[in-house]
Amino acid sequence: MGLIETEDLSVLYGDVPAIKRVNIEIEANKITAVIGPSGCGKTTFLRALNRMNELNGARTDGKVLIDGENIYNGNTDVNMLRRRVGMVFQQPNPFPMSIFDNVAYGPRIHGIRNNKLKRIVEESLRKAALWEEVHDRLDSSALMLSGGQQQRLCIARALAVNPEIILFDEPCSALDPISTARIEALLRELKKDYTIVIVTHNMQQAARVSDYTAFFLMGELIEFDETTRIFERPKDKRTEDYITGRFG
Amino acid sequence: MKKQQQQSATTRFRSFKTRIARGSTKELLIEKALFVSGISSILIVFFIVAFLVKESLPALALGRVFLLGMRWSPGHNQFGILPTIISTFVVGLGALAIAAAVGIPTAVYLAEFAPPWLRNVIKPCVDLLVGIPSVILGFFGLMVFVPFIRDHFGGCGESILAGWLILSIMTLPHVISISEDAIRGVPTAYREASLALGATDLVTIRLLILPNARSGILASLILGMGNAIGETMAVLMVIGNPHIPWIPHSVLEPVRVLTSTIVLEYSYMVWGSMHQHALFAIGVVLFVIVAVLNIATTAVLRERTTTVIKGAVRG
Amino acid sequence: MKTGVIKAILCAISLISVVVLLGVVFYILMAGARVVSPGFLFRSPDYINFEEGGIFPQIVGSLYLLAVSLLFAVPLGVASGIYLAEYAPRNIVTMCTRLFVECLAGIPSVVIGLFGLTFFVYYLGFGPSVLSGGLSLGIMILPWTVRASEEAIKSVPSTYRAASLALGASKWQTIRLVVLKSAYPGMITGILLGAGKAIGEAAIVLLTTGGLATFLPHSLFDDVGSLPVYIYLVLTVIPASREIGEAYAFGASLVLIGIFLCISIFALLLRNRYIKRLRGE
Repeated sequence: MGLIETEDLSVLYGDVPAIKRVNIEIEANKITAVIGPSGCGKTTFLRALNRMNELNGARTDGKVLIDGENIYNGNTDVNMLRRRVGMVFQQPNPFPMSIFDNVAYGPRIHGIRNNKLKRIVEESLRKAALWEEVHDRLDSSALMLSGGQQQRLCIARALAVNPEIILFDEPCSALDPISTARIEALLRELKKDYTIVIVTHNMQQAARVSDYTAFFLMGELIEFDETTRIFERPKDKRTEDYITGRFG
Repeated sequence: MKKQQQQSATTRFRSFKTRIARGSTKELLIEKALFVSGISSILIVFFIVAFLVKESLPALALGRVFLLGMRWSPGHNQFGILPTIISTFVVGLGALAIAAAVGIPTAVYLAEFAPPWLRNVIKPCVDLLVGIPSVILGFFGLMVFVPFIRDHFGGCGESILAGWLILSIMTLPHVISISEDAIRGVPTAYREASLALGATDLVTIRLLILPNARSGILASLILGMGNAIGETMAVLMVIGNPHIPWIPHSVLEPVRVLTSTIVLEYSYMVWGSMHQHALFAIGVVLFVIVAVLNIATTAVLRERTTTVIKGAVRG
Repeated sequence: MKTGVIKAILCAISLISVVVLLGVVFYILMAGARVVSPGFLFRSPDYINFEEGGIFPQIVGSLYLLAVSLLFAVPLGVASGIYLAEYAPRNIVTMCTRLFVECLAGIPSVVIGLFGLTFFVYYLGFGPSVLSGGLSLGIMILPWTVRASEEAIKSVPSTYRAASLALGASKWQTIRLVVLKSAYPGMITGILLGAGKAIGEAAIVLLTTGGLATFLPHSLFDDVGSLPVYIYLVLTVIPASREIGEAYAFGASLVLIGIFLCISIFALLLRNRYIKRLRGE
């Protein structure tokens, strides 16, 4: 499961709309890339999918349906929602705690202890392809890891609460090419189990990893299709201009 | 393997549709409790003001006779505090002038010229002495300054001058610490731009850095003034406190200030007498003076929030 | 040339101010060291045969008062700080709260003492006691604990909060498990600086306790002695010869300044480590 649909989704900061009437259907167990120039609303769109926009005081209109349930209903438990829809941020942001405590943080707040907790931590670190590198120093501070390792730790931390959907907000923009390649390989591995939405300003990255691509411009969804089509035969002139580097 | 995957897929499906989630009542209770603690300061201040005003109303009702009266003599039912107010300001302003004259150059030196190792020695020492117990300063003044003044300048030693010296020592760490932060808070870019234009160190400091750090320095002085006027023990022990307060004519005369009057007389006031009301009214006067100075500090700081706040956070 | 002269003058003034400040401390330390002995530290004051007395009840009394004041001010101040930093909406009530915290910080200690004298000692009937003195001191340091907590919490990077919320943690879980964990060294530093102020405060304690006690308090409602008040009283009220009074005041001052410096040095060390950690060193 993990099907996302939006109906006329708009997000407003004060009176200024950041995204306007977006209608999109994101398939489960696929990687969907969101591309577009800076300020086109792609991050806002991503944060609308787990209601993180509320933290900045934005107003949301329209619907976001996850497996058919509207998450903007009055009776949604936001914390449960965010367990189902995990998020990895632009800057690696591990907590200033040990590696183990970072991954264990999510399960712990949901009441998991002892052996089960240890198992979840190991599983999550393995899935995030970090276990081999850190299994002998789980008690050392997460801040001692390199940037790429920190980002994979954040992915492991997101996996540990067992989500269905993971949102990636430019996860590689702060990383070097080698770390980036490792994260991309990881994404391809993860899509077997999770629905993945990734915001990126790097078009090569979108072309390399995603199955579907959505192109945003000025807060509007211009085009959404299979990645190969978007990059080879875009229907819209604006998409073509952006892809071929005529603006951006 | 496949079965396991299926199972995990089904257990993964959860609904978020629960209106009353586990713990959400708890969250609400916690927020309410924190809110109540948050406004406790308001309640306490109200309480303090209410009690003070209630206890001092009969004295405050005397109006001009109280505030502008020249004679304070509880035995004769005379409660005029003008000489005490004037003495308070004389002592406070003088101490502040000394603290500024010594503290600001020190802050400039520490921030601009001192080699890093020296600054790393001096700054912590100064910070350490910001809260030094005032009763110890008073005692020091009594043992050192009072005999010195008596022997070299005459008078009884316990005098305005001794009060100035002790209070300036007390406010000096505040003035140095906050001013130094304010000066260092001026962005290096300004400094480099000025030096690149061919200005010397001193010109840069005088024309660029001091004006930019002005609000921080001013705030430190007003704050120091508030501390000096509200200070009790240090002053009490060195200024003499004559039985009948008067307006001083020389810095070698003993005087009486608002705070020392309260501490000296509270123990033999009769509850419910005008004497008690007058002592509480002195408390109100002190409160008002210091509150005005604090509001002034806040206003000055707000004028230049960025530089000063940066300094305060780093300091 | 001119620059050199001015720099020399500035340097001289700095040295003078530092020497004066340190001079005060050393003067007290040197004079006090001649008086302090085990007997002085562990005996009770004897107001008739003064040489036989010590300051034990005063030392312990000061610590009792400090403990009561912290028990009052720390929970309340930390809760206020959390509220102001994490929950407070931008409205008139919040603005008032901040204003009143500033206001409380500025109230002269003798005024708080007067309030304690009326409210705790007479109105609530606690008498001159540990409780009256401790609560009055607590009111004095409350704004310090509020501001220290608020500042420390605000300096926690917002990315930590976002990461925690995105994992499905509730707001309070986020605060308790992530924010406070990062903020507590800063909070402790502020609280310790407040404690340093409280231990040296004489005016409040003088007005809200008896101060001459020669015994240890057995309950919160017993009278209590304290070092700052002892220093003042031994020089003014207690009938001893001037010389002995001074000698004993020096001894008590040494102990008081020792406790004060321990608290402050610890606070500053903690702050330096905390700042380094914030910068990621």
